[in-house]
Amino acid sequence: MTLLKVEDLTIKFKSRQGVVKAVDNLNFELAQGSSLGIVGESGSGKSVTSLTIMGLLQNANTEITGNIDFDGLDLLKLSPNEMRKIRGNSISMIFQEPMTSLNPLHTCGKQIMEPILIHQKEVSKQEAKKHAIELLRMVGIPSPEQRFHEYPHQMSGGMRQRIMIAIALACNTKLLIADEPTTALDVTIQAQILDLMNSLKKKRDMSIIMITHDLGVVKEMCEKVVVMYTGQIVEKSPTELVFADPLHPYTKGLLNAIPKISNKVERLEAIEGTVPDALNMPSGCSFHPRCKYATEKCTLEVPTLFQLEDGREVKCFIYDGSEKGDDVNAAK
Amino acid sequence: MLRFIARRLLFLLFLLFGVALFVFILSHLVPSDPVAANLSQSALNNPEIVAAFKEKWGLDQSLFSQLLLYFQHLLTGDLGTSIRTGRPVFDDLMQFFPATLELSIVAMVIALVLGILFGTISAIFRNKAIDHIIRTVSISGVSIPSFWFALIMLNIFSSVLGITPGPGRIDTRTTTPEGGTGLLLLDSFISGNFQLFSDVAMHLILPGTVLGFFTMGLIARQTRSNLLEVLSMDYVRTARSKGLKESAIIVKHAISNAMIPVITVAGIGFCNLLGGMVLVENIFAWPGIGQYAYLSAVSLDFPAICGVSLLIAFIYVVINLLIDILYGVIDPRVRYE
Repeated sequence: MTLLKVEDLTIKFKSRQGVVKAVDNLNFELAQGSSLGIVGESGSGKSVTSLTIMGLLQNANTEITGNIDFDGLDLLKLSPNEMRKIRGNSISMIFQEPMTSLNPLHTCGKQIMEPILIHQKEVSKQEAKKHAIELLRMVGIPSPEQRFHEYPHQMSGGMRQRIMIAIALACNTKLLIADEPTTALDVTIQAQILDLMNSLKKKRDMSIIMITHDLGVVKEMCEKVVVMYTGQIVEKSPTELVFADPLHPYTKGLLNAIPKISNKVERLEAIEGTVPDALNMPSGCSFHPRCKYATEKCTLEVPTLFQLEDGREVKCFIYDGSEKGDDVNAAK
Repeated sequence: MLRFIARRLLFLLFLLFGVALFVFILSHLVPSDPVAANLSQSALNNPEIVAAFKEKWGLDQSLFSQLLLYFQHLLTGDLGTSIRTGRPVFDDLMQFFPATLELSIVAMVIALVLGILFGTISAIFRNKAIDHIIRTVSISGVSIPSFWFALIMLNIFSSVLGITPGPGRIDTRTTTPEGGTGLLLLDSFISGNFQLFSDVAMHLILPGTVLGFFTMGLIARQTRSNLLEVLSMDYVRTARSKGLKESAIIVKHAISNAMIPVITVAGIGFCNLLGGMVLVENIFAWPGIGQYAYLSAVSLDFPAICGVSLLIAFIYVVINLLIDILYGVIDPRVRYE
């Protein structure tokens, strides 16, 4: 069953310098109980997308078009009040910075109780407290009764991220959006948090959108991957295929930038150049100035998202049917 | 916590000693003659009276032995006798202090309530018309000299519009009740004399507003900038993602965090207010410490000048101590060991 369907989502920011397309014609869907990774560099539009799904991107200078269908509701058409009833209830989000994401003046327990008391009006404070302690135990916090009364500054980064997860799952979460949840944590804690998220996902049959620039996290967590570049999807495919056989030159570049234990190399291969300025996008395919395989056609025309026979989608002329990857192999 | 307070109070003793020494020396350095300031012209012409005056107040002794004598008295809790009033300085201070305390509390309440309210409104409606108006008022608060503002306010509200009574603490036809705390609002409220209560309240509004105006501006500006900063914090985003109403976000999450630096500014503002007291009390004929300080200074009444300075220094330190304690109450990250 499809839980979330994003159709033709376009997000524009108006500024004094001009209009910036932060997200351009985004399409993806997510089945209940499954997980999707959205991968891309800073400025690729992945965080903007997640904030839009949460309804947290409301601003006079923002123009959002398209549809976001969640569980039978068009989120973009809901009033702020209706959206608020979904936010923190059936859609929740955890953020990159656990150190600053919790209010320093409130106890952790109080912060976990808050969404319960907002969204479940029939629940008493006593019951909410009981539930919050239960949640603390669920996210693996030792001696939860005592920790309930502690403040964020008394906890480590990993613990605080566990608290954030407890807050996010306090109600009937169907979709959890995790925006770089492990980036600020050290590696061993990263693995623990990802394990926790994976087990909770199974236990609660919940869907996860994992926003990250870390392909390792995607491999561990996600069934499908969407690779974004300059606000557009450049590749959409099942996770194992992305790693085994990446299609888009940008995806290849990202994978080449990961160090491998088996290869002894002096330098990692980086993608040449930088992300183009959003106000001054290159003509044709936005990746062509950094692309090894770029042809003249790439500088003139914008490729569409081509669908391959196996269902994968890629935005590159290499795969527009006629040649189907031959060029890439030749270039290799 | 208790050890922290004890340490600060011990520090207060040293500070008061330093203040007394400093003020004593400073007031004797002033190139003016206390004899000339206190005796009439005819008495000054009589060398016997002058000699007797000097002997009575110890002015014939060396500065060092005067200082020694003063500190000997201080150690026994004796602030000396005022040359001008002829009464013990301590009694004078106790008589005038309640009026000042009442006025400064009212001024501070006005400053805090309006300052926080204005700052919050300003931050929420950032760059809208209301924000610009409030910011103009706040900047006027911190830049308008209080004596000028006091005169203008008196003229407008008392003389022209007749809304508020003129200078003074109570109506001249009413008598000050005996005993009590000396805080007339409190005393009249406790005794159920509501006619006196409203009279006192009406007399407090103008000087309270004038005195609190500077601090109000300070607090409004600080509240605005802190609240704007706090509203862009990650934990406010977390609160939004929980589905809280915007008003609940501001009340429950933003304001308390924005108040931490405001407390510091409010403390500075309160101490500042004590300085503004001298001018405001004189213009409003307020029978308080400010007026007492002014009259003592012009008549070079050394014991009174030192007494007022010690009292102000004492209040200063106590307020700062209270602010430090308040930090610990509001912010769980602050712990005093």
